[in-house]
Amino acid sequence: MVTSSSHPNEGSALRIHQVSKDFPASDNPERRVPALDTVDLSVGASELVSIVGPSGCGKSTLLRLIAGLDTVSSGELWVGSEPITGPNAQRGLVFQDPNLFPWLTVKGNIQAGLVARGLLGEKRHEVDEFLKLVGLQDFANSYPHHLSGGMAQRVALARALINHPKVLLLDEPLGALDAFTRMRMQDEVLRLWQARGTTMLLVTHDIDEAIYMSDSIVIMTPHPGRIERTIRVDLERPRQRNSQEFLQLRGEILELLHFAGRAVH
Amino acid sequence: MNSAIPEISPAIDARPVKAKARVALQVPIYKLAAGPFFSGIAIAVHMAIAKKQPPFETMAYTWFLGIVLGLFLLGALLQAFVKPMRRWWAHIAPLLTAAVLLLTIWEIITTGLRWLPMPYFPSPAGVLASMIDDRKLLFDSTWHSLFLLLSGYALGVAVALITGICIGWFGTARYWGMPLLKILGPIPATAWIPLAMVVSPSATFSAVGLIALAVWFPVTMLTVSGISNTRASYLDVAKTLGAGPSYLIFKVAIPAAMPSIFIGLFMGLGTSFLTLVVAETVGVKSGLGWYVSWAQGWAEYGKVYGALVIMAFFFSSIMTLLFKVRDRVLVWQKGAIKW
Repeated sequence: MVTSSSHPNEGSALRIHQVSKDFPASDNPERRVPALDTVDLSVGASELVSIVGPSGCGKSTLLRLIAGLDTVSSGELWVGSEPITGPNAQRGLVFQDPNLFPWLTVKGNIQAGLVARGLLGEKRHEVDEFLKLVGLQDFANSYPHHLSGGMAQRVALARALINHPKVLLLDEPLGALDAFTRMRMQDEVLRLWQARGTTMLLVTHDIDEAIYMSDSIVIMTPHPGRIERTIRVDLERPRQRNSQEFLQLRGEILELLHFAGRAVH
Repeated sequence: MNSAIPEISPAIDARPVKAKARVALQVPIYKLAAGPFFSGIAIAVHMAIAKKQPPFETMAYTWFLGIVLGLFLLGALLQAFVKPMRRWWAHIAPLLTAAVLLLTIWEIITTGLRWLPMPYFPSPAGVLASMIDDRKLLFDSTWHSLFLLLSGYALGVAVALITGICIGWFGTARYWGMPLLKILGPIPATAWIPLAMVVSPSATFSAVGLIALAVWFPVTMLTVSGISNTRASYLDVAKTLGAGPSYLIFKVAIPAAMPSIFIGLFMGLGTSFLTLVVAETVGVKSGLGWYVSWAQGWAEYGKVYGALVIMAFFFSSIMTLLFKVRDRVLVWQKGAIKW
């Protein structure tokens, strides 16, 4: 069991304070459509927190704000004691589509972050370590379109992790995979998380995945995106997908989402 | 990194990249025999027809057909022993045979049956004789054309890449550059010839400029399109990996634009051939384009066709070279896209 104490990782806690975000309406740029409404969220260092909720609840918007790819309309975001002002290597992002650079080999993709930051010379040895960590040393020189979905997503994970980010943002990273690959990849992500003690924020549609993986689950509701509830998952790891407690928690969340969905409309 | 973490084996969801089935290939006998057979026929036809002709005009072609026959026999023999050659030979032999067949028909309907009016349609033997006869001037012309084409193309591509990348990436460059590109670009480069002749200090100089202009427009246009259509998510990912502006331009946008840029390079090569020939015909007094109109002026059609044959080889070799460069640069697309 990994807790923040076994991986002292000061400064990698994520704090989201009163964050709102609105976008111009597509039919009328003068009108603003709220996407996120005064969201407050704290993720402790080395915690794995999931966000679940129906489409339009602002999960991906929130992740883009944390990554620094978009700016907030109001509110503040912090990693440790540093405010988030733009994208940088401290906050890695993995999408549902692995978005590997098709013109680079597996190895080239994994070392992209080092090249971008001019660190390839001194950290070249890490490239092979990360290739090995995600089990792709035999595919180092393959191009992305030769990879299966699971392999491509492992490359994307290694590419994000080689920068040793304080926070790793995962936007439905396993959403496009088949059920079996998906369950295997959940273990894979957990293994990487436990190994590295990275703070992780995982957006998912899959309630089982959220319960199986996270320390706590944030439930969001749409129009505008708000945090409905945060549920602590106090199950022993490795978790049993068919244990009584697991199923009970699953039932609770389903009920909550159903109820939450009706309350909005 | 914690080495105590169990590493998963790559075999778990590794699938074979591409299983290549190597079936032992046997080239069918008719494919092997057709080439030598029709070369033999071609020689026989030529000998029969050549009796009526002066020997100095026909000897070279006899030799040529003899060499073709020899090559067919050599190919058929070699492919029996050199396995990698087999697939290639099975592919190329029927095409070469057809070419020999066409030459034979050409000879029959020209000097043989005299169906086509002279001097406009010389026989293949006549064309070959004029080529050998005028080899020095033809070689000079080819050399001049190559020089003009390469310098014009290189200049055009270099300028086009710079303007294309700037217009595609920077908003201000786009605002000012795009209207200029849209208005001036579509004018065919050859339409600038009157102006080029007035402005430029020498004909060669103006020809290089015109070819560069002809190449510049398509390459710029396709570079702009490629750069500005770079998938936003690639740029987002790169930013979260710590990329600065130069990485985003040179390591993300430009590689992402490469397939589009190559389409521009091919289009530009096509327009550069056209512009080269026109520029040589009206301005520069050398090169293959000039040679064709000069030979035509003397009604030496054997030389006209000879120059066309050289142009065909010359231009298609350059095209092939560009294909090879693309295959190297865009190797990452292989298997993902049908070429």
